[in-house]
Amino acid sequence: MSNALGKSIRKDFPIFSRHVNGKRLAYLDSAATSQKPKIVLNAMDEYYTHHNGNPGRGVSTLTAEAQEAFEKARKRVAKFIGAKEDEIIFTRNTTESLNLLSYVLPSVLSSDPGRPIAISKMEHHSNFVPWQQMALRTKRKLGFIPFKTDEAISDKNLAAPALSSSQPAPPAMLTIAHASNVLGTVNDVRGMANFAHDEWKCPVVVDAAQSAPHMRIDVKNLGCDFLAFSGHKMLGPMGIGVLYMKEEWMERLPPFMSGGGQISKVEDNSSAWADGPAKFEAGTQDVGAAVGLAKAVQYIENIGMDNIRSHEKKLVEKTLGMLSGIKGIEVYGLSSSDNRVGVISFNVNGVHAHDVSTILDRHGVEVRAGHHCAQPLMRELGVASTTRVSFYLYNDEDDINALHDALLDVKKIFGA
Amino acid sequence: MAMKSPDMPGREQLYRANILEHFKKPHHWGKLKHADISHTESNPVCGDEIGIGLELDAKGRIKSVGIFGLGCAISIASASMLSDRLIGLTLEQAGKIDKSVVLKDLGIDPGPTRMRCALLVLEGLKRITKNGKRA
Repeated sequence: MSNALGKSIRKDFPIFSRHVNGKRLAYLDSAATSQKPKIVLNAMDEYYTHHNGNPGRGVSTLTAEAQEAFEKARKRVAKFIGAKEDEIIFTRNTTESLNLLSYVLPSVLSSDPGRPIAISKMEHHSNFVPWQQMALRTKRKLGFIPFKTDEAISDKNLAAPALSSSQPAPPAMLTIAHASNVLGTVNDVRGMANFAHDEWKCPVVVDAAQSAPHMRIDVKNLGCDFLAFSGHKMLGPMGIGVLYMKEEWMERLPPFMSGGGQISKVEDNSSAWADGPAKFEAGTQDVGAAVGLAKAVQYIENIGMDNIRSHEKKLVEKTLGMLSGIKGIEVYGLSSSDNRVGVISFNVNGVHAHDVSTILDRHGVEVRAGHHCAQPLMRELGVASTTRVSFYLYNDEDDINALHDALLDVKKIFGA
Repeated sequence: MAMKSPDMPGREQLYRANILEHFKKPHHWGKLKHADISHTESNPVCGDEIGIGLELDAKGRIKSVGIFGLGCAISIASASMLSDRLIGLTLEQAGKIDKSVVLKDLGIDPGPTRMRCALLVLEGLKRITKNGKRA
């Protein structure tokens, strides 16, 4: 497979034939959601046109075809992250995956309420609020991992005295972002998982929403117990998410929601649960979206995860260089592209991020502005909001040039 | 100095000279030391906060206004423009100011994504005029 990404594959994505405000679309908001290749759209259309049925409810041909499509999707996703197929639970998105965990995990965590939930303030709200609320429900505390906003978080941060001295007992669990949705920082999940297992004897949850689409993930290598990500950030449709749950937890954990499809037997006054991921998949599942996600994974694998990673690294380097050439722009996070996915947050001095974003939009440059659902991190950075650009395999220098010209316009309009 | 904005096709000018002037030098800027009523309104979308404080005279009319906080050009400019309208009004009169007045002062249609920015200060004003004096 050729290394030529960017323009040469944009033709696979129908949306790039449109214009925004009369300009070529420079889509730099893939950390929010990715665009979809035609083959993903076609796969879902094909499923609903020819194979639609409700899986696992009957013995008819269409039921069987829908079931087969759903399980094939599970298998492909499992292989994509080095898991067994019975370790893949389909959800709606990362947020639902993490909420599910926050409701079922307390039953197996250490019952000592003095053992906190180790968490960082680098998290997206989706890996923050559910644990904050679980802590309130179960009368535990959050134990914040100390970190610097221009460094990756590693096991060294876990060993830091700030976490242990404020919390005399070792944490009951660790939850951490693999990659920051604001800074792009890739944290050393493997090192932290080892540390948490060895030193704290506790399970490890990983939010991979920003890493799974952009770098090779092997859950066995990472050593985590749970890992969550969303389909829509990796060329798949919205409405399908993934929760990897290490096999040994499947049986131990109770279901999150109950009802159709997740039982083995229902008595008048009690129920027994289905084995495997079905236990956690109550109700009719989004088979069409699962089919779309499977096709997206296939597309990504054909291009190659390493190709995508090196392509995005080059884009990050070029963009960091471009931004450093414009006076009055402050960039947050790591100074290099090494431990960074294709995400860059910055501010233009004297101009609010929303105003930057509005002006960029007029140039067809689509970015994100605001707190990025990461208010604790914004407080760490000492800012209310930032402008964020994020890359994927369809971006190239054309987009960076468009960003550059649009930023000059921001400075011109505001006299900044 | 008035900035000349580029001519973008199909969209109205958002960053008109008057908006940028109010943003750069907002009127009645700063927290009042002796505000009778004060309130900060937040925009959950962006985390921005625009505060408004009012000092009333013996007859209950607005004597001085202070606006403060953190916002974009649109929210600061609309707060600045609104502050010019408040002196001398009773709380009841201030509470009746309609959003059409704020939008007319701005002279733009902010569109759906920026409407909340334009009306943030007005929401704050509505809240304090409705609730009346606060301790």
